[in-house]
Amino acid sequence: MKINRFYLGIGACLVLSYLATAYVDNQYYFFAGFAILQLMVMALAWNILGGYAGYVNFGSAAFFGIGAYSAIVVLELFDATFFTQIIAGGCFAGLIGFATGYLTLRLRGVYFAIATLALLVVAETLIVNWDYVGGAAGAYVLPTKNPTILGVLIVGKTEALFGNYKELLFFIMCMITLATIVICRFIENSKFGRGLAALRDNEEAAECMGVPTLKLKLIATSLSATIMGITGGVFPYYMTFIDPVSAFNLDISVNALAMPLIGGTATWIGPVLGALILGGLQQVVTVTISSSANLLIVGLCLVAFVIFAPNGFLGLIKKYRKNGN
Amino acid sequence: MLKIQNLTKIYGGFTALTDINLEVEPGERLGLIGPNGSGKTTLINCISGAIRDYDGEIHFNNDKLDSLRAHERTRKGIARSFQIPKPFSSMTVKQNLLIPLEFAAGPNKLDNMSLEDQADEIIEELGLSDKSNELTLGLTQIEMRKLELARAMAAKPKLLISDETMAGLSSSEVDDILRILIDLNDKTKISIIMIEHIMRAVMGFSDRIVCLDAGRIIANATPSEAIGNPAVEKAYLGE
Repeated sequence: MKINRFYLGIGACLVLSYLATAYVDNQYYFFAGFAILQLMVMALAWNILGGYAGYVNFGSAAFFGIGAYSAIVVLELFDATFFTQIIAGGCFAGLIGFATGYLTLRLRGVYFAIATLALLVVAETLIVNWDYVGGAAGAYVLPTKNPTILGVLIVGKTEALFGNYKELLFFIMCMITLATIVICRFIENSKFGRGLAALRDNEEAAECMGVPTLKLKLIATSLSATIMGITGGVFPYYMTFIDPVSAFNLDISVNALAMPLIGGTATWIGPVLGALILGGLQQVVTVTISSSANLLIVGLCLVAFVIFAPNGFLGLIKKYRKNGN
Repeated sequence: MLKIQNLTKIYGGFTALTDINLEVEPGERLGLIGPNGSGKTTLINCISGAIRDYDGEIHFNNDKLDSLRAHERTRKGIARSFQIPKPFSSMTVKQNLLIPLEFAAGPNKLDNMSLEDQADEIIEELGLSDKSNELTLGLTQIEMRKLELARAMAAKPKLLISDETMAGLSSSEVDDILRILIDLNDKTKISIIMIEHIMRAVMGFSDRIVCLDAGRIIANATPSEAIGNPAVEKAYLGE
C-alpha cells in the first residue's frame, strides 16, 4: 500500500497547487513558491548524478542555461509555443549532458567537478558572443496573449484555467517537481539505482561485478541534464527577460549542490527537504533582511552541515532516532 | 577454456608483461606465483578487463575478449576478487552479493531460485550468515576477504580469479578459505586461478603452477616440479 500512498500524495499535491492558483490572491506566494520549486527540481536532478552515482557536478547552471537558451532559439526560429520551448530545453540540455558525460566521465573526483565547471564557462562565453539569442545584452520573451490548449483558454482574466502567467508557471513547475520526484524514487528502487549505488561505492569493483558503469553514468548524466534543461526552459518565460549572467549564474550550481548535501543525498527526500529549508530561508531573508544575503546563508548552512551533519538533515534525524532507541 | 596469446603490457617505458602465453583448462586449479612486482596482478587485470590496452589476444570459450569491457567479461563468466578488498560500503553483505547476482548472473532458472535465495546460499556456504544484514564497515579482516570471494562467486563465473585472498590471515583462516575454494571447484567444476604468496596454500591447492618473474613466465609445471625448479628458486631467493 506504500506505493499507493506515495502516488496519492503526489496527486494531492498537484490538486492542492491548482486550487492554490484558483483561491490564493497574494501573488508573492507564487513568486516565492516558484523560486523554491525551481531550486528543488535542480537539487533533485543534481542528486541523480551527485547523490546516487557520486559524481559531483559543478556545471548545473550550464545545463539550466542551455535549457533556457534552447527555449529562446526555438522561439526565434519557429515562434514555438511555450510547451515546445520547455521540451526543446530538456532535449538539448540532455544531448549536451550526454556529450559532456561521454567526454568527461572517465575523469573521477575533483577532476570531473572541474570539467563540469569548465563547461559552464564555455557555455556562457558562447552565448555571450551569440547575437542571434541576444548576446550579452539578453533577450525579451513576451507571453502570448490568450493562449489555448485544445480550444480551452489557459490564461485570461475570466473563464480561463489560470488568472495570469505567474500562476500558470507556478503550476507547471509543480508538475515538473512532482514528476522529478516520481523519477527519482523510481531510480532508487530500480536495478539502475542499485547499479549507480555500486559504482558510487567502488567503481572498479562494480565494473568487475558486471555493472556497465559507463552506460549507467551516461544515462544518469543525460537524465540529470534533461531535467535541469526543462527547468531552464521555463525560466525565460517566467522572467520575461533573460541574459547570460542570470541563466549561467554560479549561484544555480552552488544551490543545486548545497541543497542535497544539506538535506541528505541518499533519497529524493533529502533534496526536497534541503530545498524547502534553504529555499524557504532564502525567501524569508530576502523579504526581511536583504536579497544579497542569499548566498551567504547557503554558504553558512553548508559549512555548518558539512561539519556537524555530514550526512545531511536526514542523516541527523536517523542518528537521533538511533540514539533514542 | 582461457587462452592467452602473446600478451604484452607496457606502462610508459616499463614492460610489465612480456609475451605471455598461457592456457587454463575447464575445472583446472591453477596457482599463479611470483615475487612482488613480477606482473601477477597486471596479468589478471588484463584477463578481467580492468586493463584493456595490451598487445596480444585473450580468448575465453572461443570468444575473443580483447575489445570487451570488464563488465562484459564478467557476464561471459570471468570473475575476480581484489587483493585489497573493495566492498560496496553503503550496502549490507547481502546487498553486496545481489549486485553481481543481478547484473552478471541473473536468476537461476534451473533451480528456480530467486536472487535473494542464491545470495543466502552463498552467504551460508562462506559462514557469513550472522553478518548478512550488516554493513561492510563492521566486518573483520577474514570476513572482508570472504565477502570478496562471495561476491566473485555470486557472479556465477566459469573462471574465478582469487587475488591474494589469504594475505595477512592466520593459519586456520587460510585453511578456512582454502576449504571454500576447493569445495567450490569440486562442486561446480569451475576453473580457479589462485594468486598467492602463502606457498603451503598455493602448492596444496593447485593442479599446476605458473611462476612469473619480471613479466615473463619462468615456470609452468606441477607443484612438485615447480618447487624444484632452479629458476623459481632464484626468482624468490636470489642467487
